[in-house]
Amino acid sequence: MKIELTTQQKDAQSEFRVFVNSEVMPYANLYDQEERTPTKLIEKIAERGYLSAVLPKESGGIGMDMITYGLLNEEIGRGCSSVRSLLTVHCMVAHALCKWGNKSQKEYWLPKLASGKVIGAFALSEPNVGSDAKSIETTAALSGDSYVLNGQKKWITYGQIADVFLVFAQCSGKPSAFLVEKNSPGLSILPISGMLGVRASMLAELHFRDCRIPQENLVGRLGFGFSYVASSALDYGRYSVAWGSVGIAQACLEACIQYTNQRKQFGVYLREHQLIRQMITEMIANVKAARLLCYQAGYLKEVGDPSSIIETSIAKYFASTTATKVANDAVQIHGANGCTSEYSVARYLRDAKIMEIIEGSTQIQQLTIADYGYQEYMSQSDTAVISQNLLART
Amino acid sequence: MTKSDTHMKEIQAEIKEFLSKFFRHHDLQLDEDIFALGFVNSMFAMQLVLFIEQEFQITIDNEDLEFDNFRSINSMNRLIERKTALVAQK
Repeated sequence: MKIELTTQQKDAQSEFRVFVNSEVMPYANLYDQEERTPTKLIEKIAERGYLSAVLPKESGGIGMDMITYGLLNEEIGRGCSSVRSLLTVHCMVAHALCKWGNKSQKEYWLPKLASGKVIGAFALSEPNVGSDAKSIETTAALSGDSYVLNGQKKWITYGQIADVFLVFAQCSGKPSAFLVEKNSPGLSILPISGMLGVRASMLAELHFRDCRIPQENLVGRLGFGFSYVASSALDYGRYSVAWGSVGIAQACLEACIQYTNQRKQFGVYLREHQLIRQMITEMIANVKAARLLCYQAGYLKEVGDPSSIIETSIAKYFASTTATKVANDAVQIHGANGCTSEYSVARYLRDAKIMEIIEGSTQIQQLTIADYGYQEYMSQSDTAVISQNLLART
Repeated sequence: MTKSDTHMKEIQAEIKEFLSKFFRHHDLQLDEDIFALGFVNSMFAMQLVLFIEQEFQITIDNEDLEFDNFRSINSMNRLIERKTALVAQK
């Protein structure tokens, strides 16, 4: 067993870090205040090929390995969770289409998504439907050679600027996935503002009123929209969010190291106070643990192991809850300064909380991970074997 | 028993072993409908696709999305044999 990045992965990580430090980090608080991501920044990200990270070279992508893709998400997440969420949703759509799209859909859309000429967004959530995703109320009905969509989607990340949406709807009671272009007749897009965190991610509501799309825009088969198309996209989304959460926690740690080294109270730097050191230690240990879980999930994804699905859930669960705890302590360490927009830690805390809600809430992960535990350990009849396994894996 | 019969039995055994983690305390029969047994969620569906792809070195794509391809050990076996034959032809 060897846990070490390759030379190429280390080089890529350095490149991401330089980009984020110069192009993202200095402006992230401004994006947060203005609740928008500048087009110029998205163009720079596209030029670097980051939007095509998960696509293979034959589709115009750069075919990044899953560990490097994770490092990209960590670094961008360290700078700005909104920008990282662009990467998340765009790559979710690109991946879903690459895996489950038909030949002509792939030929038409993947090069455009890879170049960033087209921005993709993922449209599953609705006003009445969040965690219980199978109960979506949006409908699609076949009419001649078109599908006609009716219903509403909500909280659609980068919905304000996306060119194409991967929309989930019930077609005669069968959950199905459809590509809907932003200019489709019957689709109206309404911006959402005033969110707690990830405020620059340009959320939108989508209203479908007899929205007519070509029949060939069905992705996958009728009835496979949720269990295959949405689920595999959400798996990639969880992976991206897990790494992005590590990025938030890392940013908190770095901010606290700097702050406690500069500010004095009771005649000594904050770093000399034991209770501060305790918080710093907790941050270091938890950030490292979260990153290791992400590495493991990334490795399993890279080799196509079935257990990558649950390990990604575990990584997302741990990393997102860690980000919230670490950001909470980071604000505590910064005191009143941490409650202002002059420092970034308040933004990190607001963004971290969102990580616990998106791509499967903390509570949904808890249900899933516990199910896995019972399935994994109860399938062995010998209790001695069970306890050995539990010990070996903890 | 022919060589292809042996190969088929090996595939069936591998699928059965994978599925047994999900259908505990149940001796799954070759033609038994796993959807009718109830325990099929999206987590299972994705793991099953990854298992088939990794174990048998094939790619499940759009055209394979039919419930009948995943309904039983035998139907999965037929899918794998069909896809493996296609890979061999290329």
